[in-house]
Amino acid sequence: MSRRDITADDIESLAVGAWILGTGGGGNPYLPLLNMRALYREGYRVQLMDASDLADDDWVGVVANMGAPLVGQERLTDSRTLARAVALMEEHTGYRFAGLMSMEIGGANGVRSLMAAAHLKRPVIDSDTMGRAYPEAQMTSVAVGGLRPYPLTAVDVRGLESIVDKVPTWKWTERVARKICVEYGSVAATCQPPRTGAEVKQWAIHGTTTKAMAIGHAVREAQRRHDDPVAAILAVEPGKLLYKGKVIEVERRATEGFLRGVVRFDGLDDWRGSAMTINFQNEWIVAHRDGEAIAMSPDLICVLDSVSGEAVGSETIRYGQRVTVIALPPPAIFLSPRGLQHVGPRAFGYDLEFRSVFKT
Amino acid sequence: MRRIGIDVGGTNTDAVLIEDGKVAGAVKAPTSEDVTTGILDSLKSLAATGVLKDPDGKLKRIDGVMIGTTHFINAVVQRRHLTKVAALRLGMPASASLPPFCDWPEDLANLVRGGVWMVEGGHEYDGRPFMPLDEAAVTAAAQEMRTAGLKSVGISSIFSPLDPSHERRAAELVAAVIPDAAITCSSDLGRIGLLERENAGLLNAALADLSRETIAAFEKAIDDSGIAAPLFITQNDGTVAEAGQARRLPVYSFASGATNSMRGAAYLSGLADAMVIDVGGTTTDVGQLKLGFPREANSVVKVGGVRTLFRMPDLLSIGLGGGSHVTLDPVKVGPVSVGYRLLRDGIAFGGQQLTTTDIAVASGVLALGDRNKVAHLDKATCQKVFAEAARMAEEAIDRMKTEAGDVPLIAVGGGAFLIPEKLPGVSKVIHVEHGDCANAVGAAIAQVSGECDQIFKDMSRRDAIAAAQGIANDRAVAAGAARKTISIIESEDMPLAYLPGNSVRVRVRVVGDVAAS
Repeated sequence: MSRRDITADDIESLAVGAWILGTGGGGNPYLPLLNMRALYREGYRVQLMDASDLADDDWVGVVANMGAPLVGQERLTDSRTLARAVALMEEHTGYRFAGLMSMEIGGANGVRSLMAAAHLKRPVIDSDTMGRAYPEAQMTSVAVGGLRPYPLTAVDVRGLESIVDKVPTWKWTERVARKICVEYGSVAATCQPPRTGAEVKQWAIHGTTTKAMAIGHAVREAQRRHDDPVAAILAVEPGKLLYKGKVIEVERRATEGFLRGVVRFDGLDDWRGSAMTINFQNEWIVAHRDGEAIAMSPDLICVLDSVSGEAVGSETIRYGQRVTVIALPPPAIFLSPRGLQHVGPRAFGYDLEFRSVFKT
Repeated sequence: MRRIGIDVGGTNTDAVLIEDGKVAGAVKAPTSEDVTTGILDSLKSLAATGVLKDPDGKLKRIDGVMIGTTHFINAVVQRRHLTKVAALRLGMPASASLPPFCDWPEDLANLVRGGVWMVEGGHEYDGRPFMPLDEAAVTAAAQEMRTAGLKSVGISSIFSPLDPSHERRAAELVAAVIPDAAITCSSDLGRIGLLERENAGLLNAALADLSRETIAAFEKAIDDSGIAAPLFITQNDGTVAEAGQARRLPVYSFASGATNSMRGAAYLSGLADAMVIDVGGTTTDVGQLKLGFPREANSVVKVGGVRTLFRMPDLLSIGLGGGSHVTLDPVKVGPVSVGYRLLRDGIAFGGQQLTTTDIAVASGVLALGDRNKVAHLDKATCQKVFAEAARMAEEAIDRMKTEAGDVPLIAVGGGAFLIPEKLPGVSKVIHVEHGDCANAVGAAIAQVSGECDQIFKDMSRRDAIAAAQGIANDRAVAAGAARKTISIIESEDMPLAYLPGNSVRVRVRVVGDVAAS
């Protein structure tokens, strides 16, 4: 049975790596990281468990915080509230979770499952349902798998507790939960629909916590040695370097509750004279180089600070920033026809046939 | 208009008189251990040039003395002269797992943390109360603060930039228990981001005693000099606050030195939009002027290891200056510098360390020290060193530019000789008279500002921006601006993801001339 202790240093790496896998969205993991540092100082510990070690009839709790990143900067997520959302799900269903799993490894939610796990003394499963961050609840591997989209619990730190007991589709899960979240003040701790061990093994995306830690570790080591952090990422991940440049224009607009827009870049180094644009809906969705669509969801498009190697988010990217754009391979499940229906370019309103940068 | 600008730096205290839009006099005096003497000395040497008197020998009327100082940021960085602070946060039960001081460096937290109290209160993003303010708990906390002997209090509240009423009410309740408390409300420091805003408030509260003493010393120096003029303190954004307000908010002067240099560069060159390179002894700051003001860093800025988020200029600092160490094979410049020991350690002055100033003396750019001592440095060697310095400057400028085309560059500071007349990406390099006192000039010409940064709901974008401008105007007037001179220098709006009802966050900043007293 491989259960591994997660060290305080692993969590530092996880925060850096999860932010990179956030592909522009998902929120900066800085505040969850602060929570974990405090919990580890107080003696709490979390273990990591492989999905393959789950029994088929085990139950797994899926943890996520919902809400506007801006609200999360004022109402700082409390680890006990996340734990309460999970405990409420256990009370409601009568299951006892063998482990907890992140809904999305990308961004702040990639660290939040550890916050709940620390209080509940359960392991965190080394898997998630996005392999990155995505803006909507139906953009998960378990939604692609057509798994049951309910029940869901949502908790507010003031003691408000809601249960979404039954909905017909994942789109309804998203709609109803979003409404609750808005009433709470645009932030809610949620436990997503529980999964059996068999479902996790078949449908989750595996090894993603380890992957985020490896990416973060590579970046932090490169920073320490004053090496090229982007090269360090590409040494541990089969990614592709797409572009180096600087931000020359950022256009943002809020539509239907999402931050959409486009960032334009001017090339540097080998890309001097070459232009890039990246369209986003919270996350980076489609990258065009000199007019040609060269990378698109579900390929992971990561915009990194060229010097530090750390992720640059769509909410905070600004003029003049020096960035390096890389692509990381997508989870295989999103490459199926059904997967592409959920997260391919057309799911975001781009009339493009999906073409991976990893297909030569 | 006749103003005196003073820049109290680590090494020198510079003073200038600006009269009818011109630099009428400029002096440098060594900075003294006690603040009053240094300023008094610089005012005396300015008076000794005769510029402060009429032809008939009478002291001229001075409209204001504007002082820029690095005193407060140095106190934080060096961990000196800091006051113990009581932190009071309104927002329970939210955010409880990340209490005040939670992300401070240990040593600084140990110096400043006098106690932490968290009570119910705060607001939602849309202005709804999050929890009613627990007034009894605030009063009980204040009584504990009093028992602990704490007199400096930092109050923060969730979403207080949108609605500061809970912070204000809590301040009243604390003042009722501790009448002589120095209280900082985080909403006075702006921005969304609870921890960063709270951190800025706690740093501000930690500077309460130093601020009171320092500004009293400034006032005494001006009094002793016989000049009858109001005192203003320059701020991070290139504006000034009258002494009373500056005393309350010392963190707003953290980066005023660099800002003053850039503003001074704009004034001396007559350019409002340009890049500025300020080459000192050890470091070079590069920034961008937009409409005569430095572009602002719109992100987290660490001060003494503490994450803060408030008005700071966006600067890139590199290790290049007049005192930078030079090695010749291969050619390398900086980042180590001889600093203030230049006149002792530089080869042209009889020392052992080759510096950029020695190179300038050897090639005849500067007439300092003994040129014979650097005669062994041939022309080609000097050119290589200058080329390296130029390469470093070029890269820094390119990093800070926000547009692709060539832009003008103003070179100021004592080490400006390192900046060549031609640089790639630069349309022209401008060296200005009095460029070595640009920071004091920038202080003398500072204006007054007002800012509004909040979320507006169910309003058209135009109405929201207009509403924000109205609030910013009122704040500028409250800070001492003449209303009819106010203009917008920055306006930014950002739609908010996930929030319903067409929510938009608007940030508007306005400036105006100091109203005649």
